[in-house]
Amino acid sequence: MALLLRGGRVVDPLVGLDAVCDVLIRDGLIVEVGVGLTLPKGEEVDCAGMVVLPGLVDAHTHLREPGREDEETIASGTRAAAAGGFTAVCAMANTEPVADEGAAVRFLLEKAETEGAVRLHVIGAVTVKQEGRVLAEIGDMASEGAVAFSDDGHGVAEAGTVRLAMDYIKRFRLPIISHCEDTTLAGKGVVNEGVVSTRLGLPGWPSAAEEVQVARDIRLAELTGCRLHLAHLSTAGSVALVRDAKARGLAVTCEVTPHHLFLSEDDITDQYDTNMKMNPPLRTREDAAALLAGLIDGTVDCIATDHAPHAAHEKALEFELAPFGTTGLETALGLVATRVVTAGVADWPEVATWMAHGPRLALGLPEVRIEAGSVADLTIVDPSQEWAVSSKEFVSRSRNSAFLGAKLTGRARDVLIGGYFALQDGKVVV
Amino acid sequence: MLSSKHILGMDDLTSDDIARVLETAESFAEVNQRRIKKLPTLRGLTVVNLFLEPSTRTRTSFEIAAKRLSADGINFTASASATVKGESLRDTAATLSAMNCDLVIIRHKYAGAPRILSEMMDCSIVNGGDGIHEHPTQALLDLYTMKGALGHLEGLRVGIVGDIAHSRVAGSLVPALRKVGATPVVIAPPTLLPSRPDVLGAEVAWDLDEQLPSLDVAYMLRVQMERSDGGMPFPSLREYARFYGMNARRLAAMKPEAIVMHPGPMNRGVEISADVADGDRSLVLTQVESGVAVRMAVMYLLLGGADSGVAA
Repeated sequence: MALLLRGGRVVDPLVGLDAVCDVLIRDGLIVEVGVGLTLPKGEEVDCAGMVVLPGLVDAHTHLREPGREDEETIASGTRAAAAGGFTAVCAMANTEPVADEGAAVRFLLEKAETEGAVRLHVIGAVTVKQEGRVLAEIGDMASEGAVAFSDDGHGVAEAGTVRLAMDYIKRFRLPIISHCEDTTLAGKGVVNEGVVSTRLGLPGWPSAAEEVQVARDIRLAELTGCRLHLAHLSTAGSVALVRDAKARGLAVTCEVTPHHLFLSEDDITDQYDTNMKMNPPLRTREDAAALLAGLIDGTVDCIATDHAPHAAHEKALEFELAPFGTTGLETALGLVATRVVTAGVADWPEVATWMAHGPRLALGLPEVRIEAGSVADLTIVDPSQEWAVSSKEFVSRSRNSAFLGAKLTGRARDVLIGGYFALQDGKVVV
Repeated sequence: MLSSKHILGMDDLTSDDIARVLETAESFAEVNQRRIKKLPTLRGLTVVNLFLEPSTRTRTSFEIAAKRLSADGINFTASASATVKGESLRDTAATLSAMNCDLVIIRHKYAGAPRILSEMMDCSIVNGGDGIHEHPTQALLDLYTMKGALGHLEGLRVGIVGDIAHSRVAGSLVPALRKVGATPVVIAPPTLLPSRPDVLGAEVAWDLDEQLPSLDVAYMLRVQMERSDGGMPFPSLREYARFYGMNARRLAAMKPEAIVMHPGPMNRGVEISADVADGDRSLVLTQVESGVAVRMAVMYLLLGGADSGVAA
């Protein structure tokens, strides 16, 4: 089967490409990129006015299957990913039961093979049941295809355990992903410690609770030589620590989320909207600005959604009781398009770096380049489509978005995975 | 009438509203001195005390206030309510709403709970204390008490001493004092202060003794031993009393007309010594007495103006 993407703005900073041209795809691979290409037999897709990017990857997704299929499944979560312009997602291990053995990894990958709308990469647990005590069967999971290891979403281990895990994971040449939260400092915190915690009478969670652990894990990565990826950094201090680590040549990468980039604690008002309750919490505007500056100067490697679907009745509880998290797969690209590209802060090549190449490099996933021979995983963005985030339109099973009502410009029109449409003209077709 | 349908926090009240509550409370205080204390004002209206956290003083105060105005008062307490069976606050609110109540007073362990009720119910909601956030009727009765004792509120310098970080009383009293032109000073060790006390609008001090000569009111907060999860925020009760306890020596360092207040229940010998608590400059029992009149005023102003056809 052949496909010709005609006349889009084709952007791939990895091959130095940013030009209006055509992309020819045959048998799942890109076979030619150039101007005035012809296709005697096959389908031609008009891409005039569109932006063609290497397929976007979400490095941090909670799919909830197995265990909480009422909130999300592999089928619904990967369809939401396709709707949001992603060609692949990386599933976190904090399901019920926890993905802490090879069989769990195989289950997820096999299920995604038959039910998934986009590619699935599996992140295994570092410790059994993510309890922070006994090492999980990391080699077994690696053999079944796990791409990284993380105890994100559960208790955080003590330094000695993390050191041990790093030394062991290094053997399989895979990264460990740290969720940085010193629970003795975060305590019962539910919002950033500062103005909002004081005003609303909510337990505060200081920036230092993240930063001390970022510093610790960087130091342990230096000690062990294990590749370290830091999940959802939220503070200016964390970005500064990573900047310093990179300057020292350490194999440290990190991600930031759209909600930490585009919201701040000021968005938590006396309405006590639990969709604004995140882990880590929304920080100050200065922190958000530092995260964006980190992306622009290359300190921050990628944008990841931390897509965290939750049942409506659980999010409807009192703020202190409601679970942490917002959905993100269907809003991330539109937010970046609106608040970064349209706002003139950066352009599409940077978006390709942050949402396509950055996550692949950080987690060691197979590269996708817009050049002959590469797999045809592509995201075609309509940069001028105006839309509003509405709870009625989500493909995800959950509605807990922190961006409900946001007016955005720019949305994925098509998603191609191995040359096949997962999203076509804005409709999920898998 | 008040400018807001609900009293979820001090932000709902203007300084005019506060003046109206205090003025109305004065006439009810007079009623409370009579042998027959019951008025027909709120006859036929239903007032629900939804107390999802243990409380005796505040609940009793609201209950007496409702009875004196002839409202039908219903008590929902934590042990009796469905919440121990796992019912969500929203479902409890929807259930109460279906019973057509006219006013709900809610006390809850978590901040923002009164807001949830206001979203789920058509009737007026009064915050009877939510988590470590606010307790507005306590602040109103404290203003009433201060005004009664000192004759005015504007220009007063009020030291609020103790666990500011976990005090819903301070959460309402600080903005209330600012609205009436008084100056709140929060006095505590840093371990008992919120991270940004400046946003509350209070002056901040660590040293009680330095502040005493300038204070018109020393408002002693209860040491909330049940709230300090894990390590205590100070070394011992003895040391706390040494630095932050009100006693005869400290009282003597204050202006001769200055008064001492406490929202109760008191830990005698910790934040307040027994002789000061029982002395003539302590307004602790006056506060309790004012509480009934002020809560009658709040109920009257929230409900009396509704199309119930009743008048004071």
